[in-house]
Amino acid sequence: MKIVVCIKQVPDTTEIKIDPKTGTLIREGVPSIMNPDDKGGLEMALQLKEEQGAHVTVITMGPPQADLILREAFAMGADRAILLTDRKFAGADTLATSYALAGALKKLDFDLLITGRQAIDGDTAQVGPQIAEHLDLPQVSYLEDLKFDGDKTFTMKRHIEEGYQILEVEAPCVVTVLASANNPRYMSVGGIVDAYQKEVEIWGKDQIEVDETLLGLKGSPTSVHKAFARGLKPAGELYEVETDEAVGIIINKMKEKFIL
Amino acid sequence: MNFSLTKEQELFQQMIRDFAENEVKPLAAEIDEQERFPIETVEKMAKIGIMGIPIPKQYGGAGGNNLMYSMAVEELSAVCGTTGVIVSAHTSLCAAPILENGTEEQKQKYLPKLASGEWIGAFGLTEPNAGTDAAGQQTTAVEDGDNYIINGSKIFITNAEYAHVYVIFAMTDKSQGTRGITAFIIEKGTPGFSIGKKEKKMGIKGSATCELIFENCVLPKTNMLGKLSKGFGIAMKTLDGGRIGIAAQALGLAQGAINETVKYVKERKQFGRAISAFQNTQFQLADMNTKTEASRMLVRKAAYKKDQKIPYSVDAAMAKLYAAETAMEVTNKAVQLHGGYGYTREYPVERMMRDAKITEIYEGTSEVQRMVISANMLK
Repeated sequence: MKIVVCIKQVPDTTEIKIDPKTGTLIREGVPSIMNPDDKGGLEMALQLKEEQGAHVTVITMGPPQADLILREAFAMGADRAILLTDRKFAGADTLATSYALAGALKKLDFDLLITGRQAIDGDTAQVGPQIAEHLDLPQVSYLEDLKFDGDKTFTMKRHIEEGYQILEVEAPCVVTVLASANNPRYMSVGGIVDAYQKEVEIWGKDQIEVDETLLGLKGSPTSVHKAFARGLKPAGELYEVETDEAVGIIINKMKEKFIL
Repeated sequence: MNFSLTKEQELFQQMIRDFAENEVKPLAAEIDEQERFPIETVEKMAKIGIMGIPIPKQYGGAGGNNLMYSMAVEELSAVCGTTGVIVSAHTSLCAAPILENGTEEQKQKYLPKLASGEWIGAFGLTEPNAGTDAAGQQTTAVEDGDNYIINGSKIFITNAEYAHVYVIFAMTDKSQGTRGITAFIIEKGTPGFSIGKKEKKMGIKGSATCELIFENCVLPKTNMLGKLSKGFGIAMKTLDGGRIGIAAQALGLAQGAINETVKYVKERKQFGRAISAFQNTQFQLADMNTKTEASRMLVRKAAYKKDQKIPYSVDAAMAKLYAAETAMEVTNKAVQLHGGYGYTREYPVERMMRDAKITEIYEGTSEVQRMVISANMLK
């Protein structure tokens, strides 16, 4: 089986800086991570690889420094990595992004295309489904679990508001995965050592099948009216306990913070 | 001259920091309190290659280097000193001497199991009457056909209870002093070899520190590590490498105490202000951080030199001396800045202070490090 996983590098901070002129993110100087839903998608692919054997390709569209998450994917167990990077891609909205990615994906042969549900920077959840439309493939979003029958049918568990849907879908298809689907593995030490011996393939607009006028800021119908940083709020802790115990926890926390 | 980590080292640091934070830190207080060896953590570390970082891939290791290994011990120790020393003793004191002195057969037999973490390693040099004076070995190995018969005991052996392989030292010719010491590899379960009492320690309480007892223990000659009578040199060289590990442990403890203290002084209010607003707090923190960063430079330099195969024995001694004394000073200051709370087990700094003390003692006391450093200056 051949699997392609789309991953994205996102800023690992609640304090996102935005370019006031274009309304797009400034990534320079902000610590970056692999988007959590995408990491869940990669873990799903790597589990399929372990259980049934698969070749896993990861692809990202981004600036040259997005190389880091591709190395991370290698260190987790991916077999091939492609960095889609070109100045012409800069400033793309979801439509222009999915268009460029679809242009690259047309050059790849796969049975399953996995994307994360959404990225923690934009939170649109649009790119995965749009890629499926560009490629004219069936799609299933919000996946919690996926099994393969070894031939060509996937059984999928899809998270919906009222519960779950169980679906059977034939390859090739596109799925979007939730971070809650699994606990992504750590990179292995040996994997990290090897990750920098392997080659990350770099593709620009000339290596893929696209119409240049539909790329980047120019090809993006979305115009950002106003962008602003949201207020900071600590993450908080969640306990599921009986009332008496909950009161005790709250009192202890207030003592810890010297409120009491 | 380059003080930056490579991209590969940065990625490694990110992974090990995540692992330490999510898998090691949550257990640190519990294993200290219960004096329990964190076997579940060792299994998790084994799975991702932390038990074989500087072991070449051909022997089942991760194929990393000593700099990466020192970074791992540092990051693990920043949240749990016990976990740091488990990895350090296993890697520096057991896998490394087998890699450096073993026959091809011994390397093939032991290294893949050690590097994968399937087996845990330990090292036995210290005896009741042979501590800093390691030459005063009482354990004997007497030739008997194709075997050696070992008699004696070793004390303060890290990982002892949970290890499967031990590198030990015994007198093969008492009349020759240090030139009569030979190194051996011994497996758990060898008839005549048993584990004695477990020490009750001040710190690193989760590491299983026990006695090794040899009573007419029969060991095939093929288990000799290195050549006959060359054991003392192997022990000293092994300890040179081990000092990088312990220096990294001390460095981690100091950094861990700083991390906790920075968090605390911003939260703790006295006289209507966070105590971080007081100049005493600021100056103490500045000194703690400066000395810790200086320790880091010494640790990384020693590890770098070992990787480059440049003589590093004096560098390792300096790194261990300075990092250990810094760890003691920094953790002491961390407790002081935490005030009464710092003296309680509600906060991790008292544990870090107890853990730090041993770094001035084991794998060569601070006094031994000073002997090594000055001997090199005066030769």
